[in-house]
Formats: sequence, C-alpha cells, structure tokens
Amino acid sequence: MSSQSETAPSGAAAQRPAGVIHDLGYRPYGGPRLGERPVAWSFFLTGLRNTYGLGRSGRSKVLPMGLIGVMLLPALILVGVLVQARDILDLDSQIVSYSTYPITTQVLISVFVASQAPALISRDLRFRTITLYLARPMRRPVYVLVRLASLTAGTFILVGSPLLLMYVGGILADLPLGRETLRFLGGIVGAALLAALLSGLAALVAALTTRRGMAVAAVIVVLLVSYTVVAAIQGIALGTGNDSVGEVAGLFSPYTLVNGVQHYLFDVRAATATPPEGAGMGLLYLLVTVLTVLASIGALIARYRRVSP
Amino acid sequence: MAVIETAELTKRYPSVTALDALDVTVNDGVTGLVGANGAGKSTLIKILLGLVDATSGTARVLGHDVATEGAAIRALVGYMPEHDCLPADVSASDFVVHMGQMSGLPYASARERAADVLRHVGLAEERYRPMGGYSTGMKQRAKLAQALVHDPRLVLLDEPTNGLDPSSRDDMLALVRKVGHEFGIAVLVTSHLLGELERVSDHVVVLDSGRLLRASATTDFLHATGSLVVEVQGKPDAERLLGQALVDAGLTARPEGGGLIEVVVKDEHTPDVVRDLTADLGLGLVRMQERHQRIEDVFREGGAGSVLPV
Repeated sequence: MSSQSETAPSGAAAQRPAGVIHDLGYRPYGGPRLGERPVAWSFFLTGLRNTYGLGRSGRSKVLPMGLIGVMLLPALILVGVLVQARDILDLDSQIVSYSTYPITTQVLISVFVASQAPALISRDLRFRTITLYLARPMRRPVYVLVRLASLTAGTFILVGSPLLLMYVGGILADLPLGRETLRFLGGIVGAALLAALLSGLAALVAALTTRRGMAVAAVIVVLLVSYTVVAAIQGIALGTGNDSVGEVAGLFSPYTLVNGVQHYLFDVRAATATPPEGAGMGLLYLLVTVLTVLASIGALIARYRRVSP
Repeated sequence: MAVIETAELTKRYPSVTALDALDVTVNDGVTGLVGANGAGKSTLIKILLGLVDATSGTARVLGHDVATEGAAIRALVGYMPEHDCLPADVSASDFVVHMGQMSGLPYASARERAADVLRHVGLAEERYRPMGGYSTGMKQRAKLAQALVHDPRLVLLDEPTNGLDPSSRDDMLALVRKVGHEFGIAVLVTSHLLGELERVSDHVVVLDSGRLLRASATTDFLHATGSLVVEVQGKPDAERLLGQALVDAGLTARPEGGGLIEVVVKDEHTPDVVRDLTADLGLGLVRMQERHQRIEDVFREGGAGSVLPV
C-alpha cells in the first residue's frame, strides 16, 4: 500500500476524499501459529490476570483487589512498628513470624480462594465456554492443569506478597540478614504449599458445581469450618494432655497442615496448639500435604473427562 | 481433496444409534447439513472435531484422521456451537483476542485478527461491552467471530440462526454465505429449517436418524419437475373449464382449486396450447411458471421425521 502511494503520489489516491474508511475485504492470516507450550503459557497468564479481575468487568476487580489490600495492611503496620520502634521495644526478630501470618489472615485467604475458584473454574462450565476451549488444539488435562496453575499462582501472590513486604521491612530494620532470609524462604515455601493445597481443594469444589453462589459458600464452609473444628480439638487435646490426638487432628485443615510442615521442615515457631512432634509425625504431615495436592489434581482431571463438549 | 470425508462412520450410544454407517463427502463452498432434531447433526460435528470417538468407521477432515490427529484438525477448524458459550463478564473484543491466542496466534496478531473479524461480523462499538448484556443476535455474531479469528480452513456452524428474529436471521445467512464464498473458508452449516439452507448452501446433505438420506447440489433439489403451474381467472370455475379443455386437447392437467391448474409439459408447444385455450375460453391468464421442487419434498418422499418446512 505505502509503496504504491510513494511511486504514484498524484493519481487516484490523491482524488479520494480524506478520512474514508476503505473496506479491505477479508484478509487471510499467513503469520506464525504457536505450539502447545506458548498457548498454555498465554492461557496461564490470562487466567492469572482474571483471578484479580483484570480483563474482566470493573465489578469483578473490587473483591480480589480489596482483599490483597487488606492482606498487606497488617504487614505494613508490623513493618512500620519494627522499623520505627525496634530499639524502644527491644525487638530482634519479626513481630509476627512468616509462618504465622497466613493463619492470622486465613479468613481473607479463604474468601479469596472461595470467590476466585468459581470465577475461574465454574465460569467455563456454567457458560459452557469449555466447549470452545475443547474445540481448540489444547488437550483436556492441559486445560485443567493450567487453570489450576493460574489459581495457585493468584493465591500464592496473595499469601506471599505480605511476607515479602515483611522481609524487606526486616532487612531495613537491620535484622540479621542470613537468618531472616532463611526464615523468609521457609515462609515462601509454606505460602506455595498453602496456595497449592487451597487451590486444589477449592477448584475441585468449584468444578463439582456450576452455580457460583453454591461454590463460594461450599469452599468457605470447607475451609473455615475445618480450621475451627481442628483448632478446637487441638485446644482440648492440649488441655487434657492428649497431644497426639491434636497432632492427628492438625492433618484435617489446610492451614494447620501447612503450619505443621513448616514447623517440621524449618523448625519455625508453631502457630497451632499441638504442632507435629518427632520425625514420624512430621513426615506424615508432609506426605498428607503432597497426597492431597495430587489427589485434587487427579480428581479434577477425572471430573473434566466427563465434561461433554 | 475433499474437506470432509467419512466412510461407514457409526456412533452408538447405549440406548440409541446416533450415526449409522454414514458415508459423506463435503467439498469447498457452503454445505448445508439438514435433519430433524436428533438426526445426528451435532454428533457428526463433534466426531469431526475429534471431541467424541466414533464407534466404528473413519472420518478425515482436511486430510487428517479424526481419531488420531484431533489437535491438528482443531487448529484448522473453527466451531460455533449451538448453545450459549460466552462468558458474561468479558467484552467480545477481549474474548475474541483470547480465543485467537488459544488457537495459537501471537498476541499482536490475535488483536489484529479479532478487530478484523468483529468488523466482518458487524459488531461495532458494542464489542467493548461485557457480553452478558448482548442481544441474541449480537451473541451469535460474537460466537461466529471466535470461530473465524484464527482464519480456519473450515468452519462448522451448528444452528447459527437459532433464536434470531427474521431480520437478524437474514443478516446471519448473508454472513454465512460471505464466509463461504468471499472469505474462501469451507462452511458446514446445520439447520432444521430447510428454507434457510436453500438460500445459502451450494450443497445439501440430508440426515435422517443417523443415516444419509440424500447428498447433492442444492440446484438438484430445486430442479424443474416438468410441469407448469397455470393461474387463470375470469369465471367462477375457470380452472375446471380450462382443465377440461386441456384434457380434450390431449394434455394431462389437474385443477388444484383457487384458479390454479398443474399442467404436465409434453413438448415445447404446451405453453402455447395453454395460452390459446385460455384465450378461446375468454379467461384471463394471470401467470404460467415452471414448477420447482423444494428441499422439503425430499423429506416427504423419503418419509423422514418431522422437519419444519419454511
């Protein structure tokens, strides 16, 4: 087009009125077509953006953005106190440890997972958009894994970003760098485990119902009720001296489970009444975590095998 | 090379046989797939996309085997399902870009293509609004756009006019025709409304209970039946008078009431005879035209299930 107008500046082109939109007709596409990996990667990124409402309607941004704001607020205050009042209060470590922070803020995390799992998983089933994905080259298990990965990454950002803020604050407050880095890395591993665990469970619940409200309520109930029951049993167990009962009970809530794994692997201060003591119980906690994640992935793939296009 | 080729394609569900030893060949251009609800149209489309396995028989789409090369086929084919499939909280623009990427287009190309196809299907400013607020006509356009965004070689359109009002229906049919003839993309379009397919398709494949009832060019369905329809007026029993005169003149004629007579054409003089006899009887000749068959006649002859003749 441009070369033509350069070679013939006067002529038909010059007579045409300016500002007319020309119908170019249908133009076939001759460019590159990407393979499975780049497609899966762009699907992952879109899903991750969607968990924070980006690329969706304005209303869907309110809840996830609000939650991450509220999630960061306590960390910001803790950092402020640590930096400003370290000498006055004679602090030599974080006021709240990295492994305790997710348990303290668990309601926010549960609400995030409960609201975004249906937005990502049930939405495709409810609007039957899944048909359009299945009618494209991506295979079914890849679809499931990528959707789950987006949700996990979104949850990990929510859980991990206040920890990063606290770490940066700790460094600014001149806490010992090596020790702080190790504790932070332990916290991040815990955040990743928690994100995988919560996302797997929430995605499974969301995949079993196409009704958004049902899915949200079901996930919140599963996460909050399980923690409340476990915490109560652990309290009673500690009071009556049956610590091992409390340790076994800790396997039944994602929050106590991941805290137990962190206590076992990184020897951090436990945030539960009865953390796992001894290598056997610690390994059991780790095993249950890994198995739960794998089982939820397997169940999701099995669930989607039955989705009719 | 044929776009779609099936051989002895059979699909059995526990309680019903959806496709029964189907042999169909589809070429470039627009091909209509007709059949009553439950005739096996949607099952055939899902098998062609490699989403459902056939019980026996083979099918090839654009030279690829559906059983083993499903992914390759799905990269070259666009699919517009019959049911709703658009998320409510995403704009058509964002959604079509995303679907282009899912078909393997790089982001920049996907954006360019999405803008192009949305213009072709006629979604203007509303493409930036969430699709939950769209009318049925706009939803159908968005669904067509996502099927075209990756410049497929073949599009499978399942009931694209479903739920549309008459004027949107005309727009959609014109669009289907444009895709098949101007864009150079082969089209397989299903409908249970025969009149629609007469208008847009070059070939028609008629399915009945999973079996092939007939497959041929649309013009063959509409061929002249070898008889004239004559309409006369002027006297209360005009058609009976003319009919008797025609029979006396050695022609086969059948009054149909309402001033209409069907006359079998014997040779090239038959119209002249009709004209002269009408004039002799002092009747007015309103019209005389060749009678054409319609696709629905195939169903009457073949005794196929309930199809809405429109």
